[in-house]
Amino acid sequence: MIMALRRSILAAFLSMVVALLALSPAFAVQPDEMLKDPALEARARALSEGLRCLVCQNESIDDSNAPLAKDLRLLVREKLKAGDSDKQIIDFIVSRYGEFVLLKPRFEPHTWLLWLATPLVLFAALAAIIFGYRRRESVAEAPKPLTASEKRRLKRLVGES
Amino acid sequence: MIAETGHYALILALGVAIVQMVLPIIGTRYRDPQLTAIAVPAAQAEFILIAIAFFALMTAYVTSDFSVANVYQNSASEKPLLYKISGVWGNHEGSMILWVLILSLFGAAVATFGTNLPRQLQANVLAVQGSIAVAFLLFIVTTSNPFVRLNPAPFEGLGLNPVLQDPALAFHPPFLYTGYVGFSMAFSFAVAALIDGHIDAAWARWVRPWTLAAWMCLTLGIAMGSWWAYYELGWGGFWFWDPVENASLMPWLAGTALLHSALVMEKRDALKVWTILLAIITFSLSLMGTFLVRSGVLTSVHAFAVDPSRGVFILAIMGVFIGGAFALFAWRAPLLSQGGLFAPISREGSLVLNNLLLTVACAAVLVGTLYPLALEALTGAKISVGPPFFNLTFVPLIVPLLIAVPFGPMLAWKRGDLLAAAQRLVAAAIASLVVIVGVLAYTQKGPWLAPLGIGLGIWLIVGAATDLAYRVKLFGASRDEVWRRLRNLPRSTFGTTLAHAGLGLVVIGIISTTAWRAERIEALAPGATLDIAGYQLTFEGVTEHQGSNYKARVGTFKVTRGGSPVTELTPSKRAYVVEKNSTTEAAIHDSWRGDLYVVLGDQLKDGAYSVRVYFNPMVRLIWIGALVMFFGGGVSLSDRRLRVGAPKRAQAKATAAPAGE
Repeated sequence: MIMALRRSILAAFLSMVVALLALSPAFAVQPDEMLKDPALEARARALSEGLRCLVCQNESIDDSNAPLAKDLRLLVREKLKAGDSDKQIIDFIVSRYGEFVLLKPRFEPHTWLLWLATPLVLFAALAAIIFGYRRRESVAEAPKPLTASEKRRLKRLVGES
Repeated sequence: MIAETGHYALILALGVAIVQMVLPIIGTRYRDPQLTAIAVPAAQAEFILIAIAFFALMTAYVTSDFSVANVYQNSASEKPLLYKISGVWGNHEGSMILWVLILSLFGAAVATFGTNLPRQLQANVLAVQGSIAVAFLLFIVTTSNPFVRLNPAPFEGLGLNPVLQDPALAFHPPFLYTGYVGFSMAFSFAVAALIDGHIDAAWARWVRPWTLAAWMCLTLGIAMGSWWAYYELGWGGFWFWDPVENASLMPWLAGTALLHSALVMEKRDALKVWTILLAIITFSLSLMGTFLVRSGVLTSVHAFAVDPSRGVFILAIMGVFIGGAFALFAWRAPLLSQGGLFAPISREGSLVLNNLLLTVACAAVLVGTLYPLALEALTGAKISVGPPFFNLTFVPLIVPLLIAVPFGPMLAWKRGDLLAAAQRLVAAAIASLVVIVGVLAYTQKGPWLAPLGIGLGIWLIVGAATDLAYRVKLFGASRDEVWRRLRNLPRSTFGTTLAHAGLGLVVIGIISTTAWRAERIEALAPGATLDIAGYQLTFEGVTEHQGSNYKARVGTFKVTRGGSPVTELTPSKRAYVVEKNSTTEAAIHDSWRGDLYVVLGDQLKDGAYSVRVYFNPMVRLIWIGALVMFFGGGVSLSDRRLRVGAPKRAQAKATAAPAGE
C-alpha cells in the first residue's frame, strides 16, 4: 500500500503535472449528472471549476472523478435547481467544508499577504530600479584599473598578434 | 555483481567529489597551481564514476534483476524495453542518480571544453559544482540508495505506473533535469565570481551558453510534460497551475530573465550584480522545486506516507546552498563594480523591464505555491490557491511583457529611440489589428478579450519578423545586399527572432484553446451520433483488445465533416494487469483548425457509454511554439560567439576575414 502510494508520488514528480495519478484519469462530469437546463448547467460548471476536490491534489471538482467530487457536483446542481444564487451556494459549501474548498481564496486578513505580495514586490522592484538609476547617474564611475593577472593576459594577447 | 559495481562507483564518486570541492579552493587561495589543476581530472572522474553507477542501474532494469529492490518496485519483466529503460528515472532513487549524472556531465563539460577560461575561475566553478555533487551524492548514498538488494529475490516486479508508460514521458524527465541542473552552472559561475570578488563582461560570455542550453532543455521538458498531460490525462487541458508544475515554471521564468540580463552584461558590462543574484535565484528555485516535490511537503496535506528523513536532508541541502550563496552575495557583491550607464529608453532599459516583469511574475507563482504551506505551518489554517489566483496575478504581469517584447530588439544600446521603434512596428500593429477585427467578425460573440489575445500573438510574430527585416534591409536594399546582410547576421539574431515568434505561437495556442474550446459530454449508445465544431461523430461500439502488458476496451468513432469522411478515432481504456491500474487513452484527430479529442468513459446502466468530446482550436500551436523557442535557442547556441573554445579559432580566422563580427 505504502509502495503504491509512494509510486504515485514519484509519478507526480515525473509528470510535473498532477499528483494524484493513482486515480484513473478522465471522467469527471458524467452525462447523467448534467442538468437539462443549459443555462443552469453552465453555471454549475463555472461553480465547479472554482471548487476544490477535497481528497485530490489541486484538482477542481469539475476535473476530478473522486466520489467526493461527484457528491459535491450533485450538491451544487441540487442547490441550483432549488434556485439558490451562486453566492449562496459557495457560502453553503464553505460553511460545510471550510475555506480549503475554494480554489480562489477570499481576501481576508489571513490572505492579505497572499493577494498583496505580488503588487508589493512589483512596486518595491520598481522603486529599487528608479532609486538605483538615480544614484548611478549621480556617481558615474571611472573604470577600475586592471589586476595583475589581467595585465599578464593582456600582455600575452597583445604579444601573440 | 553489477549492482555492487554501481554502488561502489557511487561511493567512489562521492570521494572524488569531496576532492573536487576542497583542493581547488585551497589551490586558488594559496596560489598552488598543482592543487588548482586537480579540479579538471576530478570533474572528469566524477562524471565517469556516476555514469558507471547509472549504467549499472540501467543494466539491472534491462535484465529485470528483481533482486535489486528498486527494480522490483518499479519494473516488471513484461514491460516494453523503452519503459524498462525509462523506469530507471521513473522513481525517486533512480531519478536522483540521473540528477547527479547530469550535474557531473555539466561539470565534466566545463573541465574538458572550458580550456579558454582563466584557470582560477575554472577551478572555482568546478569546486562549487563539486560541492553540489557532494551534497546530492551524500543524499543518495545515505537515504536513497538504488542498489539495495532483496533476499530472497522475487520472481516478478511490481511494475511502473501505467500513466508513466508513455514515450513523451520517457524523455520528459531527462530534459527537465538537464534544465534544472544546467542552471547549476550559472550558479557555480556566480559563486566563483563572488569568491573571486571580480567579474567582467567575459564572465557573461562564458555563462551564457550554459544558461542557454539549460533554458532550452527546460523549455522542451516543460512542453513535453504539458503535452503528455494533454493527451494522457484525458482532460484536454495543458496547464493546471499545479504546485508540481509551478516548481518547473519558476526556474524557467527566472532562467529566461537570466538569459536576458546576461546579454546586457556581456554587451554593455552593466547589471552585473543583478545578473549574479539572478543566477543564484534561478538555481535556488531549481533546488526548491526538487525539495518541494522530493520531500513530500506538497503531498503531506493529503496523508501520503513519505520518508521524512529525505525531506529534512533536502531541506538542509537547500538551506546550505541558498543561504550560503546569499550570504556570500551580501558579503562580496559590494566589491563588484557597476559599469555601463544607459538611458531608461534603450536596449538595456527594455531588458530591465523584461527582468522586472519576469521576476515579479515568478514571485507571484512562488507566493501562490508556498503561501498555503506557510499559512498551514504557522496558523493551521488551510487554504487552496488554484488557477483563479494565478490568472489574476500572473497574467496581468505577462501581458505588458508580451506587448513590450517586439520593442526590445528594435532599441539601440545605451540610448534608444522609442518613437523610431514604434514607427518600425506599425506594420506589426496593423497586422494584429486586422487579425483582431477578423477574429471578432468570425466569432461574433464573447469572450471579448480573446481576439485581443490573438492579436497579441500576431504582434509578437510579426514584430519578431520586422526586426529581422530591418536588420537585413529587406525593403530598400538590393537583393544582393539583403543576401549579404542575411549571411553576415550573427546567428543569435535569428535565435532571438525564432524564440520571440515561438512565444507568439504559444500565446495564440493558449488563448484560442482556452477561449473557444467546445465540449460535449454525452451518454452514447452504439450507433448514436454527436455533433461538435462542424464534425459528426458516429459511435460504432466497443471491442476488446489485448496489448503487450495491458487489456483494453476500444471504442470506435467514425468522424465526418459536412458529409465527407474525415477519420476514424479509437479512444480506449487500458487495464494494466501487473500494476493493477488503468489509464484512459484519448483519441485525437489533429488539424490546423484544432484537435478533435475523444475520451471513452465507463459503460452506463442502460448499455450506453459516457463519452466526452472536445474541440480544442489551434491547441497544437502551444507545443509547436515551444519547439520553435527551443530551436531558436539552439540556433543562438550555435553562434560562433557562444561556442565554447571558439575565440581561439576566431582569432586565427580574423586575419583572413576581418568583417566577421
